[in-house]
Amino acid sequence: MSALLELTNITKTYPGVIANENISLSVTKGEIVALLGENGAGKSTLVKAVFGLVRPDSGEIRIKGDLISAGDTAAAIEHGVGMVHQHFQLVPVMSVTENIILGDEPRKGIFIDKKKAREEVVALSKRYGLEVDPDAIVEDLPVGMQQRIEILKALRKDVDLLILDEPTAVLTPQEIEELLGVIKNLASAGVGVLFITHKLREVMAVADRVVVLRNGKTAGATTPKETNEEGLAQLMVGRNVVLQVDKSDAVKQGIVLSIRDLQANDDRKHTAVDGFSLDVHAGEIMGIAGVEGNGQRELVEAICGMRPRLMGSVLVDGLETPDMQPHKVHRMGISHIPEDREKHGLVASYSIEDNLVLNQFDQPPFANGWIRNSNALEQNANTLVEEFDIRTPSIKTTAGALSGGNKQKVVVARELSQNTKVVVAAQPTRGVDVGSIEFIHKQLVSARDHGAAVLLVSAELDEILSLSDRIAVMFGGKIVAILDGKDADRAKIGRMMAGLAS
Amino acid sequence: MRSRWLMFAITFIAILYFYMRDSLVTTSVIGTAITFGLPLAMAAMVGIMCERTGIVNIGIEGTLLVSSFVGFFTASASGNLILGLISAVAMGAISGLLLSLLAVTWKMDQIIAGTIINILATGLTSFFYKQGHTIPSTFPEVDIPGLSSIPFFGPVLFMHGPLTYAGIILIFVLWVALYKTPWGLRSRAVGEHPSSADTAGVSVIKLRYLNVAIAGAFGGLAGAYLTLELVGSWDRGFSAGKGFTALALMIFGRWNPIGALGAAIFFGTAQAVTNQLMITQVVTIPQQFTNMLPYVLTILILAISAGKVRAPAAEGQPYEKEQA
Ligand SMILES: Nc1ncnc2c1ncn2[C@@H]1O[C@H](COP(=O)(O)OP(=O)(O)OP(=O)(O)O)[C@@H](O)[C@H]1O
Ligand SMILES: [Mg+2]
Repeated sequence: MSALLELTNITKTYPGVIANENISLSVTKGEIVALLGENGAGKSTLVKAVFGLVRPDSGEIRIKGDLISAGDTAAAIEHGVGMVHQHFQLVPVMSVTENIILGDEPRKGIFIDKKKAREEVVALSKRYGLEVDPDAIVEDLPVGMQQRIEILKALRKDVDLLILDEPTAVLTPQEIEELLGVIKNLASAGVGVLFITHKLREVMAVADRVVVLRNGKTAGATTPKETNEEGLAQLMVGRNVVLQVDKSDAVKQGIVLSIRDLQANDDRKHTAVDGFSLDVHAGEIMGIAGVEGNGQRELVEAICGMRPRLMGSVLVDGLETPDMQPHKVHRMGISHIPEDREKHGLVASYSIEDNLVLNQFDQPPFANGWIRNSNALEQNANTLVEEFDIRTPSIKTTAGALSGGNKQKVVVARELSQNTKVVVAAQPTRGVDVGSIEFIHKQLVSARDHGAAVLLVSAELDEILSLSDRIAVMFGGKIVAILDGKDADRAKIGRMMAGLAS
Repeated sequence: MRSRWLMFAITFIAILYFYMRDSLVTTSVIGTAITFGLPLAMAAMVGIMCERTGIVNIGIEGTLLVSSFVGFFTASASGNLILGLISAVAMGAISGLLLSLLAVTWKMDQIIAGTIINILATGLTSFFYKQGHTIPSTFPEVDIPGLSSIPFFGPVLFMHGPLTYAGIILIFVLWVALYKTPWGLRSRAVGEHPSSADTAGVSVIKLRYLNVAIAGAFGGLAGAYLTLELVGSWDRGFSAGKGFTALALMIFGRWNPIGALGAAIFFGTAQAVTNQLMITQVVTIPQQFTNMLPYVLTILILAISAGKVRAPAAEGQPYEKEQA
């Protein structure tokens, strides 16, 4: 049987990097191929080439046997290719429905049939178990919701080849299960799937074949039957990866971060954080476990001065931090790894160097009065790029040109390098490869060991369990229980997260 | 939002008040307001169509100038107003295509591209201008039977030349098209987030070309209206800054055709009232000051609306695939 997708010797270079070098790959009907690789290995570049968003320098793309000319998105779509983009392709000011129907609108005469469009979106959302509000405006939605829209957009068309670029990074565990089920169903109906993820468990669960990229080259191929998660990790990174965090016991000191009766609304003005109180000590990692949408995002934003505190206060070393002044909050010693790195973590058009000092560019040594100190800036950037293994051709490269995981590393490097009293880390390892997860985890532990109070919010229960010294379970905007990290029981926490037991 | 409604409410009450005091003069003033406001509204549509797809067009002034010029001299040479109209519209479309070539294909800075169009228009029209040409007549007034005999609204809305009706209708057509049709959805997507449109199979480049050309044709119609229906002659610098005023009205109207139309009529009213005051010599202000009025109002409008409005996000940026 001829291949659905046939890539031959694809090469793509960017200034200073070879993103893809002579990559050949094929996907046949009904097959699920997982594409693995470290951050910056060239996965997104390769699939964007298939979809005509990147023009390869050389190589051949054939879909259903037809040669597709470089950069021809319309031809890819015509040939039945659908793609879920890592960097969401959504129009921020438009509604969910408008985004989903864009390009193939249901019509009534010359007009858009808005009623039918809305019904279609509702049906689609039901069918695939991905809940969305058809009338919401995209820019008001959290990343998890945006991810669902992006997936629904691709599933709406009857595609023959479905490309998924890290679709699960921001989904909840149940949603991931649903999606994996959908992928399997599509494959058994004959759709070819090219699936990029950093979560090896997912690869083991659904992939028929695994292709691994490293530094822009094909580094190997295998099948889930022949290997296990450790094996995959090793193939990706080229060394042994410790998937378990190893850390010493916390040396708890005095209370640094103190949250008192905090109350905050979500974007739709409903109560999201509802009288939340918590003390975090220096030298401990406090994990917040909870099903996404139980106020975690609003909590983090209210702490960091990015969302109005309707009631209550946030104290650092006994001093009250100001409301709605993120810069001052940061000055008082709270650093913040935001969950939406594109929106709150980086300025895409600034260089990596500048992004690494975004919240201290006006402080010595980076500035002396009015003048910026380029030596200090460069030195800082070089050190951090080296230390945090940010894969970039140069520190002058704009942050927007980095691969997704490397963007995340820039944010983590900036926030963890400042030795602040408090670290608020929201989804710190979202979208980063296994090697880097290991590294970021070590950094969080080392921040703790240096006496920082770390507040960790993560949708990955495993991450919470393996890092936290204490775990606060959050449900409905409140803490339902605080447990010791050591004797936390997965099943019990799961029940509490669902609001069942206490 | 609030300031806009407030302004409309005040205008409305003022009109009512004056109408009760002197219906004849009020009717004529408001009729004149439409006459003054319409070309500005049409010029604002040029801006709206371009900016909604992400192209900043500061060359509207040049489009008005060159299309009115071509329209007038074609009509003058051929003695045929329709021919003049067609040539003006065609000239407008050509100026739009030129902007596309510079800004979309060559990815030139769009402010510079617009400036080039303005300079070219001024230069060419001044160079080829010859005094002493006339056209046999302007487009005649067409009173809509029945409707034109309604008090106040009849004379204000239904006793105009054909291009006035065409302009008003097209503004509403544009509004409907922008918000209700696939073309409108795609155009707005291209102006807000072009890579989303591209990944949905919408050709960013084609749509930008198409829209900027149609917008240019719209500008041509405005030019034709000015010379062939309103004034009946042509002189150097004929467009007199209307293309720039239109940009301010576009912003005040929040890139919405109806909004811009409302803003333009408000603006026209202010001008008509001043004229009336001058004619009746109720007040005597040196003419230099009354001539300043449009510009002062433009600045005021921009100052009032600044900060509260959001332009299409991709405005001014050439589209490059690889940035996606
Ligand atoms: N538009 C661009 N301009 C310059 N360099 C780029 C651009 N896009 C990608 N690159 C570079 O190409 C390389 C491959 O990037 P790519 O996004 O394909 O990685 P990836 O495997 O998808 O990583 P991740 O897992 O982090 O998403 C990286 O070194 C990146 O910096
Ligand atoms: Mg990627």
